[in-house]
Amino acid sequence: MQNSFSSSKQLRLLFNSTCMNLKQHLSTSPVLCDKAYGGLRDQDRIFTNLYGRHDWHLKGAQARGDWYKTKEIIHKGADWIINEVKVSGLRGRGGAGFPSGLKWSFMNKPSEGRPKYLVVNADEGEPGTCKDREIMRHDPHKLVEGCLIAGKAMGARAAYIYIRGELYNEASNMQIAINEAYKAGLIGKNSCDSGYDFDIFMHRGAGAYICGEETALIESLEGKAGKPRLKPPFPADVGVFGCPTTVTNVETVAVAPEICRRGGAWFASFGRPKNHGTKLYCISGHVNNPCTVEEEMSIPLRELIERHAGGVRGGWDNLQGIIPGGSSVPVIPRSVCADVMMDFDALVEVNSGLGTAAVIVMDKSVDMILCIARLILFYKNESCGQCTPCREGTGWLNSMMYRFVEGKADPTEIDMMYELSKQIEGHTICALGDAAAWPVQGLIRHFRPEMEERIRRYREKNEQYASTMFS
Amino acid sequence: MLARALLRRVFLPRYNRSLSQSPRLLQVQEAPKLLSVWIDDKMVQVEPGTTVLQACAVAGVEIPRYCYHERLSVAGNCRMCLVEVEKSAKPIASCAMPVMEGMKVHPHSDISKRAREGVMEFLLVNHPLDCPICDQGGECDLQDQSMAFGSDRSRFVDNAFGGKRAVEDKEVGPLIKTIMTRCIHCTRCIRFAGEIAGVQDLGTTGRGGDMQVGTYVEKMFKSELSGNVIDLCPVGALTAKPYAFTYRSWELRRTESIDVLDGVGSNIVVNTRGEHVMRILPRLNESVNEEWISDKTRFAFDGLFAQRLTVPLARDATGQLRSCSWEDVLSRVSGKLVSIQNPANEVVGVAGALADCESMVCLKDLFNKLGSESLYSETPVHIGSCGNDLRSGYILRAGISALEEADLILLVGTNPRYEATLINARIRKGYIHNECEIAVIGPYMDLSYQHEHLGDDPAVFSGMIRGTHPFGKKFSRAAKPVIIVGEGVLARDDGAYINNQIYMLSRLSPVHGSDWKIVNYLHTTASQVGSMDIGYNTADLPDLSSTRLLYLLSADSVDVTRDQLPTDCLVVYQGHHGDKGAHIADVILPGAAYTEKEATYVNTEGRAQVTQAAVKPPGEARDDWSIIRALSEYAGHTLAYDNIDELRERMAEISPTLVNIDTKQDSCFHSLCVELLYRTSPKHKPYQTPISVKLNSLADFYMTDPISRASKTMAQCVQAVKQADKN
Repeated sequence: MQNSFSSSKQLRLLFNSTCMNLKQHLSTSPVLCDKAYGGLRDQDRIFTNLYGRHDWHLKGAQARGDWYKTKEIIHKGADWIINEVKVSGLRGRGGAGFPSGLKWSFMNKPSEGRPKYLVVNADEGEPGTCKDREIMRHDPHKLVEGCLIAGKAMGARAAYIYIRGELYNEASNMQIAINEAYKAGLIGKNSCDSGYDFDIFMHRGAGAYICGEETALIESLEGKAGKPRLKPPFPADVGVFGCPTTVTNVETVAVAPEICRRGGAWFASFGRPKNHGTKLYCISGHVNNPCTVEEEMSIPLRELIERHAGGVRGGWDNLQGIIPGGSSVPVIPRSVCADVMMDFDALVEVNSGLGTAAVIVMDKSVDMILCIARLILFYKNESCGQCTPCREGTGWLNSMMYRFVEGKADPTEIDMMYELSKQIEGHTICALGDAAAWPVQGLIRHFRPEMEERIRRYREKNEQYASTMFS
Repeated sequence: MLARALLRRVFLPRYNRSLSQSPRLLQVQEAPKLLSVWIDDKMVQVEPGTTVLQACAVAGVEIPRYCYHERLSVAGNCRMCLVEVEKSAKPIASCAMPVMEGMKVHPHSDISKRAREGVMEFLLVNHPLDCPICDQGGECDLQDQSMAFGSDRSRFVDNAFGGKRAVEDKEVGPLIKTIMTRCIHCTRCIRFAGEIAGVQDLGTTGRGGDMQVGTYVEKMFKSELSGNVIDLCPVGALTAKPYAFTYRSWELRRTESIDVLDGVGSNIVVNTRGEHVMRILPRLNESVNEEWISDKTRFAFDGLFAQRLTVPLARDATGQLRSCSWEDVLSRVSGKLVSIQNPANEVVGVAGALADCESMVCLKDLFNKLGSESLYSETPVHIGSCGNDLRSGYILRAGISALEEADLILLVGTNPRYEATLINARIRKGYIHNECEIAVIGPYMDLSYQHEHLGDDPAVFSGMIRGTHPFGKKFSRAAKPVIIVGEGVLARDDGAYINNQIYMLSRLSPVHGSDWKIVNYLHTTASQVGSMDIGYNTADLPDLSSTRLLYLLSADSVDVTRDQLPTDCLVVYQGHHGDKGAHIADVILPGAAYTEKEATYVNTEGRAQVTQAAVKPPGEARDDWSIIRALSEYAGHTLAYDNIDELRERMAEISPTLVNIDTKQDSCFHSLCVELLYRTSPKHKPYQTPISVKLNSLADFYMTDPISRASKTMAQCVQAVKQADKN
């Protein structure tokens, strides 16, 4: 589809003609909306202390509007909160993008006596991602208040915040914020004087990437080795300590109070349909000003980089490729980066994903094959080893990838590696297998000529080798 | 829908009529509860909660699997059982996914096939492929399934670059040999150890490709059921250490038989090559041992090759045992038998732990013909005056399989973990799946599950009966209580008194007198129930000072020394091992072991089972019953049966239960038994000695009978356990 339209202007024309069918079309066609996305105004920002320039303690947070009328929100009830979240179109910010309102509503089945729990996934370990730690370090009360409201929506008895072990300062700030909230009567028994009892506990992990997978996180929280569970049963039926549980990302929870205060419709006014809201983008790599920034969903990738990150090092033309959503999504080349929008559906259409919105920019100085090989090494190290395709497949991919870095391979092995990655993808218990497979697929899809060239050069240097190894 | 409803209305009368006629159609009535699942265009109806894999099995489609096992929890980690399901984006793990109404499964589609092929390929990437030197070769799941479901060629060339994974072998004791490089991480062994054996010794360490199955720190896998992980291991990572490299599986002949080394009567398959037993494997019997066997059952068979009695022996004038012919020994024994004037007092027979029912019947018939009733069982059983007249008074009435239904089990004077390992596994099953509570009267013991210890004082029962002891209340509330009485009570002199107290306790239960059988007896030897059925005396041995002929039928634990016997007493030992009994014998008649004869044994729940001859008896040894039959002819009192069929007819006359093979018959006249006991039991207080158990440690478990005492493997186990306990 991308190649058939040369410019975004043409796309807009196409859009205008099919405006009536907007809702049906948006999820499947790469059209740009008439409206320009991006340029979020300051008054629309949710995370107003993202850079830590203000006081992060309770007093400062209240001055920025946190904990305002929380009691009233709680009194509106679970159904009202879930409805606002549904109206807002909020999708999970942890990577998969599952509609949050729907997910939270799974918890509102009639209880048979077991307590329900909210588990906040603060095990932010995806390479390139640094949004949750900013929230917890500089705006912890957003998360504490979010826990209370999300907890109310689910009827949860308590929230567990599972925080990555390496995030020491963040855990410290979070704990201080929780203590402040307890002291002020905002959480605990009769939270905010609303009659609702709600506790928040912090649990520090030990830094395993796999513990960010929701069921592995639950296992780890229970004190076992972090190995993902089989689903079904889903956590909403049998979660932490055998009780109904919802595991949700820090950012998702932290925006909930603001959605309730300003209304779901306000949140839904940002971004394309089905991709609403504001979002924290973490821009790293070869940009002039790497940063984490809150922006509107569906902002064009190029605009995001140029407006907030000072542009690509050496100019846009020096760009080689971008991993738009954290290490597990496939890389996209410059041609695609030029006019892709940063939201769930647009990136899926270009065979990538929004993931955690961690934009990793790589300029032409980068050996793309080596970069992807390094990512595969990461996934090989972080595989829990429980199920076969991931345990054996990541190791195999890793050894092949490092051969491709040298060029010590056969051109037919490129297709074979693609097939292997397909053999891992979708055949594992959790999504780590997919996460390991996608970078390889992205590399082969867009950088195949480079791989072939590498092999050719290696063979030129080692003619003898080629004749013996792969003949 | 309406049309269908109308049709049903029209056809209803006929439908109902057919229901009443055919029991098979009755299931149709329950159809609304069942779910319809389509497997490759074939519709099957299964109950809710069935997994896709099980539904496929119902449709006759076998899904390949490594980690899945019916008796273990679902791990879902091998991914071999992935199948395509319509409307599912990804293939699903069929072992874990419950079926849903209208689900359409395609186990033979391209997606399913490719998924399997992919998993197979990944499993083989790091597998050493050392099949030619692997003991699992020929019966290896990985071999078989890679033939059936794998690709026909390899594209793994990284062997030439990075090599394969190599894992250090673990030392887990004298029974299990580990070659951990072959491990495919299915975790069956870990789940078996944790769930069935109740030993949390095994687990995984490391992550990803570095994940290893092992014991965390190097130590012995200390379980009496440990050998079962060898059968569970789908590859050659866990193989049997004692007989490593001695056979290939396709060379073996398999004979279905019964184990006799404890009172459970586990079903086994004796694997032989030529005239040599190579290994013993479990055989499925849901009512007895499911598909497990104890380590003693599995590994003690090497005792069959040591200390064997292969020729008839007789003591000469100098007191030395000399080999001689069958004629010599038989005429010597028969001469003595005939010469005795007053056989009623002077001829005594004792049947030991390994005696089979056939030879016990022969010996009893012979002695009775001679005029002697002095036939004793080696292990005394003091349970009151109903003695062995009524079967319900001495067997495990409820049956082994019913134990898993119980909600409260009281163990009195028994440690089933070592005395009857598979019964303990059943109790643990109930503990895990049925939330059964267990209490123990006896010494402190490690039963592999949590239990309440009620002390070892025999007076504890009176408090329960009076209602002052809290356990009495708990017992009276239980819906399916079970009391298991072990040898620690049966062998006591005041056993009858305690037995009566136990019955009085059982009367507290509301289910007392119903079909649910509360009081049960656990015997630890294979011959005990049989000997009581046949009518052997279970009292203590009488004064032997006037005995002129003592006939020991495989009796090796009997507490008799030459000092107790007059000097002219002839001690005859018939059996297969030169153990304690043979040491005091004047004449030795070499018999056959359980792998060498077709013989009946009755297990502790009263189930008669028959061993099969897998090999011939060594040397001049003969089938036990035929030795006694020959002796009777020499003595001039020829027994009235010439072959085993006629002997079985005689056994049926004595007790039909002896020939009712593999059936657990309900015992009757139980109330009569209780009444008799109540009227005749002594009213005195019990003795002060605490209630003990026969076997209370793993080291004791390995050696309990002539075969296991002669076994080198068992000796190594005892040593290893003692060493492990020391560390």
